[in-house]
Amino acid sequence: MGHITLKNVSKAFGETVVIPGLDLEINEGEFVVFVGPSGCGKSTLLRLIAGLEDISGGAINIAGQDMTNVGPAKRGLSMVFQSYALYPHMSVRKNIAFPLKMAGESQEVIDKKIADASRVLNLTDYLDRKPGQLSGGQRQRVAIGRAIVRSPQAFLFDEPLSNLDAALRVNMRLEISELHQQLKTTMIYVTHDQVEAMTMADKIVVLHAGRVEQVGSPLELYHKPQNRFVAGFIGSPAMNFFEGDLAKEYDCHAIGVRPEHLRLSTDEGKWEGTVGIAEHLGSDTFVHIDVPGQHSVLVRVPGDIAVKYGDKVFMTPDADTMHRFDGKGLHL
Amino acid sequence: MARQITQRRKLFFTALAWTLGMLIFFPILWTILTSFKTESEAIASPPSLFFFSWTLENYTEVMERSNYFRFFMNSVVISVGSTLLGLLIAVPAAWSMAFSPSRHTKNILMWILSTKMLPPVGVLVPIYLIFRDYGLLDTRTGLVIVMTLINLPIIIWMLYTYFKEIPGEILEAARMDGASLAKEIIYVLTPMAIPGIASTMLLNVILAWNEAFWTLNLTAAKAAPLTAFIASYSSPEGLFYAKLSAASTMAIAPILIMGWFSQKQLVRGLTFGAVK
Repeated sequence: MGHITLKNVSKAFGETVVIPGLDLEINEGEFVVFVGPSGCGKSTLLRLIAGLEDISGGAINIAGQDMTNVGPAKRGLSMVFQSYALYPHMSVRKNIAFPLKMAGESQEVIDKKIADASRVLNLTDYLDRKPGQLSGGQRQRVAIGRAIVRSPQAFLFDEPLSNLDAALRVNMRLEISELHQQLKTTMIYVTHDQVEAMTMADKIVVLHAGRVEQVGSPLELYHKPQNRFVAGFIGSPAMNFFEGDLAKEYDCHAIGVRPEHLRLSTDEGKWEGTVGIAEHLGSDTFVHIDVPGQHSVLVRVPGDIAVKYGDKVFMTPDADTMHRFDGKGLHL
Repeated sequence: MARQITQRRKLFFTALAWTLGMLIFFPILWTILTSFKTESEAIASPPSLFFFSWTLENYTEVMERSNYFRFFMNSVVISVGSTLLGLLIAVPAAWSMAFSPSRHTKNILMWILSTKMLPPVGVLVPIYLIFRDYGLLDTRTGLVIVMTLINLPIIIWMLYTYFKEIPGEILEAARMDGASLAKEIIYVLTPMAIPGIASTMLLNVILAWNEAFWTLNLTAAKAAPLTAFIASYSSPEGLFYAKLSAASTMAIAPILIMGWFSQKQLVRGLTFGAVK
């Protein structure tokens, strides 16, 4: 139940190879997040698992069965789309009932499942409305409702929160995590937002140009990135990288220090720089510092720090949390 | 001040729109009015627009002289038949091009449209000869075929534009929800495409109803539709404007009434896809 295995799965559109060949193991009940920049192939990978795209090579196994050549309707998966993809001519009730109707369930079972899902998702008062009469958040909940009534092997989410505003996104993020705790069903979630990945996932799969860069728990990726791409992609704000003489001192091609792992002082420190813009968020302040011969360096400090534009400051990296990379970008 | 200018502008454009509308409608109005005049009043100079002795004698004479109902039935069979046959071919074509496009889809669409750029008379002789050899001259079947071929590009383009507006993700959602292709078409695609299919049907019926070039050239008596009925009042015995107008009015009345009742659907169909 809910165990998904990808063996050497590849996908090419004509001459363009999107996924060159990938192995992945998703355990039952896991919340797995595919994360990566636009065009890295994460949505394509999800669609391959869903069966909405044919794979060019390899095999997909779902719950112990080879599903490589099985259509999406028969894979036992549910999907929540970025655009919600609700049926506009059907009421909320009929939208949620649709997969059950397709499965040939009795009206009694359909009614019960709709009642359960709408109670969990706070949709009871909206059951007779059409999707066009709902807000973005409500539509998203209907899409989730339609997905959960089927009791699928796994849920697939394709950037489900990107059409929502920031506040709603945080709420829905919590709701989806809560749902996962209740249902304990395998969930595969695609996002380009690494904050979503970090906060929701049991396991993150970082993708880049169709390749898996690293698979691990959120904190594993944060603390032990295997390469420079993962180090730069995971963590917000992003890691600072130093090359040239500064790196040579540590016997590597580049060093990486997270903004929260740099100590800032006005008196002394290892590297000197000039304060550029300081972004005050209240709890934290992000200080952009110009270091001669380097890119602008970002330091995360407590919110009440008193530095202003043009001040001379010193930074000292925390040796324990510093990352060293070789010329190929691999972690040393 | 700015508001005043906007108001004035609005008034100007409203007046302009009405003027243009009346200008376009005028020939039809003239025809309808003339159909109620006597032959001498119809050619009187200066003509009178409304102040004449109204009469129905043209209609009576037209009904006595020709079998209106036969022409009418031919028109119905040809326009509805060609529309249904056209949809049968165009729906799968437009569906495959909208939802499963290939590298050549755009070229095929342009090629389909290019057939409308040819003057019909350019292919009159080959089509006439083919029809003669296959015994299709002056048959309803023949006209249904030719009308289907003529309007197929428009049907395909309209449906394609409609189907393109249906988000592919909704169809994918149906597939994920366990719907087979047939169920996906019945429960999801068709209800969403019905307005598009309906307005395409309406427009095609109107176009086929009013088509005169092929109907006049490929029919004689048996399969002649209302366009041929009008034409029969125009030549041999000289011009009888009032009777010709009565025949014209009777020919266009059914389609005019249908158009009037379905105008909302038609306008929506024709402007669909213009703005998102």
